[in-house]
Amino acid sequence: MSTASRIPPPESQLSGWQPVIGLEIHAQLSTQSKLFSGASTAYGAEPNTHTGLVDIALPGTLPVPNRAALDKAIRFGLAIGARIAPHSVFARKNYFYPDLPKGYQISQYELPVVADGTLAVRLDDGRVIEVAIERAHLEEDAGKSLHEEFHGATGIDLNRAGTPLLEIVSKPVLYSAAEAVAYMRAVHTLVRWLGVCDGNMQEGSFRCDANVSVRPAASDKLGTRTEIKNVNSFRFVEKAIEYEIERQIRALENGEKIVQETRLYDPTRHQTRPMRGKENANDYRYFPDPDLPPLAVTADDIAAVKAAMPELPEARRVRYIDALGLPEIDATQLCADRATADYFEAVLAALPGEAKLAANWTLGEVSAALNDAALTIDASRVPASALAQLLTRVREGVISGKIAKDVFAAMWTGEGSADEVIEKRGLKQISDSGALAAAIDAVLAEYPTQLADFRGGNEKLLQFFVGQVMKRTRGQANPQQLNALLREKLKGE
Amino acid sequence: MSSSIAQLAQTLRERNTSAVQLTRDAFAAAKASHADLNALVTIDEAGALAAAERADAALANGSPSALAGIPFVHKDIFCTNGLRTTCASRMLEHFVPPYDATVVEKLAAVAAVSIGKANMDEFAMGSSTENSFFGATKNPWDAARVPGGSSGGSAAAVAAGIVPYATGTDTGGSIRQPAAFCGITGLKPTYGRVSRFGMIAYASSLDCGGVLARSAADCAHVLAAIAGHDGRDATSADRVVDDYAGTLAKPLQGLRIGVAREYFGAGVAAGVGAAVHAALKEYEKLGAALVEISLPSAALAIPAYYVIAPAEASSNLARYDGVRYGYAAKEPKSLEDLYTRTRAEGFGAEVKRRILVGTYALSAGYYDAYYLRAQRVRRLIANDFSAAFKSVDLIAGPTTPTVAFKIGEKTSDPLAMYAEDVNTVAVNLAGLPAISLPAGFSEGLPVGLQLIAPAFAESALLNAAHQFQLATDWHLRTPGGVQ
Repeated sequence: MSTASRIPPPESQLSGWQPVIGLEIHAQLSTQSKLFSGASTAYGAEPNTHTGLVDIALPGTLPVPNRAALDKAIRFGLAIGARIAPHSVFARKNYFYPDLPKGYQISQYELPVVADGTLAVRLDDGRVIEVAIERAHLEEDAGKSLHEEFHGATGIDLNRAGTPLLEIVSKPVLYSAAEAVAYMRAVHTLVRWLGVCDGNMQEGSFRCDANVSVRPAASDKLGTRTEIKNVNSFRFVEKAIEYEIERQIRALENGEKIVQETRLYDPTRHQTRPMRGKENANDYRYFPDPDLPPLAVTADDIAAVKAAMPELPEARRVRYIDALGLPEIDATQLCADRATADYFEAVLAALPGEAKLAANWTLGEVSAALNDAALTIDASRVPASALAQLLTRVREGVISGKIAKDVFAAMWTGEGSADEVIEKRGLKQISDSGALAAAIDAVLAEYPTQLADFRGGNEKLLQFFVGQVMKRTRGQANPQQLNALLREKLKGE
Repeated sequence: MSSSIAQLAQTLRERNTSAVQLTRDAFAAAKASHADLNALVTIDEAGALAAAERADAALANGSPSALAGIPFVHKDIFCTNGLRTTCASRMLEHFVPPYDATVVEKLAAVAAVSIGKANMDEFAMGSSTENSFFGATKNPWDAARVPGGSSGGSAAAVAAGIVPYATGTDTGGSIRQPAAFCGITGLKPTYGRVSRFGMIAYASSLDCGGVLARSAADCAHVLAAIAGHDGRDATSADRVVDDYAGTLAKPLQGLRIGVAREYFGAGVAAGVGAAVHAALKEYEKLGAALVEISLPSAALAIPAYYVIAPAEASSNLARYDGVRYGYAAKEPKSLEDLYTRTRAEGFGAEVKRRILVGTYALSAGYYDAYYLRAQRVRRLIANDFSAAFKSVDLIAGPTTPTVAFKIGEKTSDPLAMYAEDVNTVAVNLAGLPAISLPAGFSEGLPVGLQLIAPAFAESALLNAAHQFQLATDWHLRTPGGVQ
């Protein structure tokens, strides 16, 4: 497929220089077991408890590929319209490090499982860019070296060793730190949407290396790049790239040459600095892993993954706008992650035709409450079915939209279902015209001066009377009915 | 113990002996020969006696396996749960695996009794068993000579009558060459026929578990027990295991044996050539037709092998870093010091040589010229065999160009040592099965005949070897006389 590179937008140029960025994103595939062993991938266990014979590289042990990881890689590949290799090849990347038990990492080098995809990325200003993804390949993670707790020594935890990663490599077609971060967010949304990665950045499930270069704005040849390793937050990626672009421009303007090297980002100083020379001087001696035959993917395998594929975020966004009539901003926000979109749809299913109402509540009350409680929507204290009941009561006129917010707050703190809260607190709307008329008569009797004013032509006082009746009925008056009845009585008919 | 597996099995079933008795006999023979041969690295008396008692119980319950209760040894490259597995290296001198190799598991499952672990060239790198941290093994026919390698301890233990069979591994000839040098039968199965799980890796794309025994019939029994698909080895072949013992009796009438002219080159000693030609005549008498064939890429096998095998080894042996298990340098001053001294002190010279060669061959700038080129040669060699097998059923030639050489004769000349493998390595590069069987003598020492078959045609190999052994008695000759 064509991956014709985008033309850099003019505003991405900085005083005559054009930054060019490519990202390598490592997404940990959410499988139960490791890429080549049956050991668990669960995070946070005691060191070296999720390690089998293969993970500690005992002599004689052999890797056996985990098909679940392959299926997730295929799922991602299909979602970005990529080619899925009928045979991809595992290769060994050889280097010595204590947390790399075999002395090599099993990765894919010349023949990755996923190649040549694209991802549409929506920028903050609403523009959409098509980012070419060169490849996505399977590889195993290394263990961890623990330097803090061991005086004069290093601890090794191999729980993470062998965890499956999908390394997603974009082409160098991102032209600003903002574009790079928007792309990274879009990949983050997509992998979580597809259920291939939990996206947890604190636990390192989603991290990024950024390749950054700059060139004279008029040039179309890439400049020498540096690689910023292992950045694990969106903000840091943006800061690191911004810093690196500035540093390179400054260096080039001073007539210096950019050295191709690996750099680390220091989040406290917001700077990048080179890794030690030795770590840069690796010759990884890649070669096909003789323990692993080429990984075969048949048309049937692909069809099976396709059949289980969820509707993709962009397709859903378009459907929300076109079929449900939602404003673009609502559709975009709802589709920011699959759990939110699913929540919205579950609410809507109980309230056919009320897309806007369901969207308003999902993005409004629910989202705000989740934010305050630092919860994700899957853990919402008011599940979609409960919210649906609440909104049904609003639609039926049992309570007003305003009262519904109080009911929601009560539901959030565990007071019960919508019906229970309405019942317990006696919040049922007064739609009985007799009771309403009595309340209105009492108010009019209480404020004769205002009544005279109104009848004298000061129609603004309508709101005053509405407020008084609402006060008297503790907000339970049916607003439409109140309005109609009040107008009648004010006119003195 | 020079009886065949079938004879021993019958004796056990007739209660004329017991597994425990056979096991004690094997200990005695092992100990008696130890000073002369140094065939075994470890004798596991307690484990073996316990296994023998279990075997006797299984036999009393009518165990169907021909191997039940019969002692044998494992090459010390197969991991044995709770029993040290050294690969004849200082690096693993005290390494006790927490698990059994598949081959170990399978033989234990049929109540075979392992009495210990056989000596070998360190990490299976060598053709003489001189590269062992535990000292060289000697040839039972002449203690001044090598038994071949790398499965030299296995071959010597069988030839000396300590056990009727032994497991071995063959990466470039490491079963067939020692079998030839020691006058026994050695079978290297098709790559993938026997699981590599738990078999310590030398060169993964070539390593192959197999068996050394007195006869083809004995090899058939053992192969039947150790062959089969294994989900723990991704290169293991998922196909049915043939009835090897059941097809031994087939007459050879009409069998077409290809005689590859490249296997009878100038390097082949006259006595070896003569013995092999005589053996081929015997095959004609048995009804086989000899067909002259050519394997034009044969001469490229050694250079290709000595790029691919070391390349894989350089990576496979990276795990021996002193961090998790095995030898670790004392009081390292830094991480680099730990690595360099652990590996400098823990590995022997030949292992280091191959790691260096392999590292070089995979390095940036050399990869295409060495590794990739060797892989292309490998394809040519495999194509040679495929072409030949269109017109013949088996291919024959001398297993080795010479009989067993003297200890120390080639240690200072690695290239002369590597040339030992000239007729065997191509088989590994093509992943084919092959057998070496005793075919006569030269200079008073055994000569081996190699038969090569298409992939997964072990039955044909064993059948052809067995029919030869019915007609000849070379395989019955032992250093102590004819059985």
